[in-house]
Amino acid sequence: MSAAPTTARLGLLACEVCRLVSRAPPPGSDAHCPRCRAALHARKPASLARTWAFLIASMILYVPANTLPIMDTSSLFGTQRDTILSGVAFLWTSGSFVLALLVFFASIVVPLAKMLALVVLAGSVQLRAAWHPRTRTRLYRVIEFAGRWSMLDIYVVTILVALVQVNTLASIHAGPGAAAFGAVVVLTMFAAASFDPRLIWDALGEQP
Amino acid sequence: MSAPALVACLECDLLHRQARLPAGGEARCTRCGAHLFRSARPDANELALALALAASILFVAANLFPLLGLEVRGTRSSTTLLDAVRSLWDDEARAVAVLVFVTTMLVPAAELFGLIWVLTALRRGARAWGAVPMLHFIESVKPWGMVEVFVLGVLVSLVKLATIATVEPGVALYSFGALMALIAAAAAAFDAEAAWARLEAIR
Repeated sequence: MSAAPTTARLGLLACEVCRLVSRAPPPGSDAHCPRCRAALHARKPASLARTWAFLIASMILYVPANTLPIMDTSSLFGTQRDTILSGVAFLWTSGSFVLALLVFFASIVVPLAKMLALVVLAGSVQLRAAWHPRTRTRLYRVIEFAGRWSMLDIYVVTILVALVQVNTLASIHAGPGAAAFGAVVVLTMFAAASFDPRLIWDALGEQP
Repeated sequence: MSAPALVACLECDLLHRQARLPAGGEARCTRCGAHLFRSARPDANELALALALAASILFVAANLFPLLGLEVRGTRSSTTLLDAVRSLWDDEARAVAVLVFVTTMLVPAAELFGLIWVLTALRRGARAWGAVPMLHFIESVKPWGMVEVFVLGVLVSLVKLATIATVEPGVALYSFGALMALIAAAAAAFDAEAAWARLEAIR
């Protein structure tokens, strides 16, 4: 493969904030964008280590996020504890199929797919894989966009707790699973933001 | 400015020469397909400012009025967004309360304020105090503004509650719906490249 003209190869740096391309300073000195003064890096600093750290933390918290209740509903007839999955099951059995699918997708499919995709992305860069760089870049773009939708359940709990708080008939309280689930969303967002997709293409340049 | 203007792909690092685009066109990376730049209308930032001002009015309405009202056997209750955050806080779900507050109120408000702050000054040909750190800040917090997800969350709660009680959508729900559209439109209209270039020229 012929050497593609990249900023790294030409001794240039692109600003990630204002996109200005400027000449890289001599090694050892800190680079700042001449236009917007942002710190310049050829690649995001410690990208892989940070991605793995956030990713592993999110995987650990994924367990309490799904096993602990995110919501307790207490009424005259007793207390019902809902996890993410039992919330989806409740929607399904009560006949709201579209809503059940929507919440299932946002709360279960998206976080799992995002963590899996980040493992594939960080793992393939770690192993200097050269396969399908364009597809992997596109995968990165998709998870960066889709991750936010997992916050859906957090907002639903927020509204339900506020509306059914001190009612004579029932009250709803947030469970410990909600904090764990929120942390999973935040940590996977940090993991995705730490990953530098340019690393995918750097492995290609090393091929003879 | 160095000629010819170069633009680098932030996803695969490939360098491109900036070409002139047809009106409404978008340039994508030839190697990985990532977005590079758009052809912006000359008055793009005027439009962005107008949309941000309209959005800030809706932001106030969205936070003053109730989101949803609930009636169970004659007992009525309603909640605004701030009430909801406060009841989470009182419910010992403090981390969740902070997360909701930051993503639905703080970040959208900061984003709108920053945009208006920088663009009103630029419109007069001036450089707002702290314009550069403000634009950096807007850029870095953007992923944490989640008004559109919140609107969907309120709609899901509405349908969930409708099975057990009478639920009425409040003024704030409609305001949030419109706010979501206006924030997206303002962000889409905002021509960051032009703003940076003008800020540099004024210095």
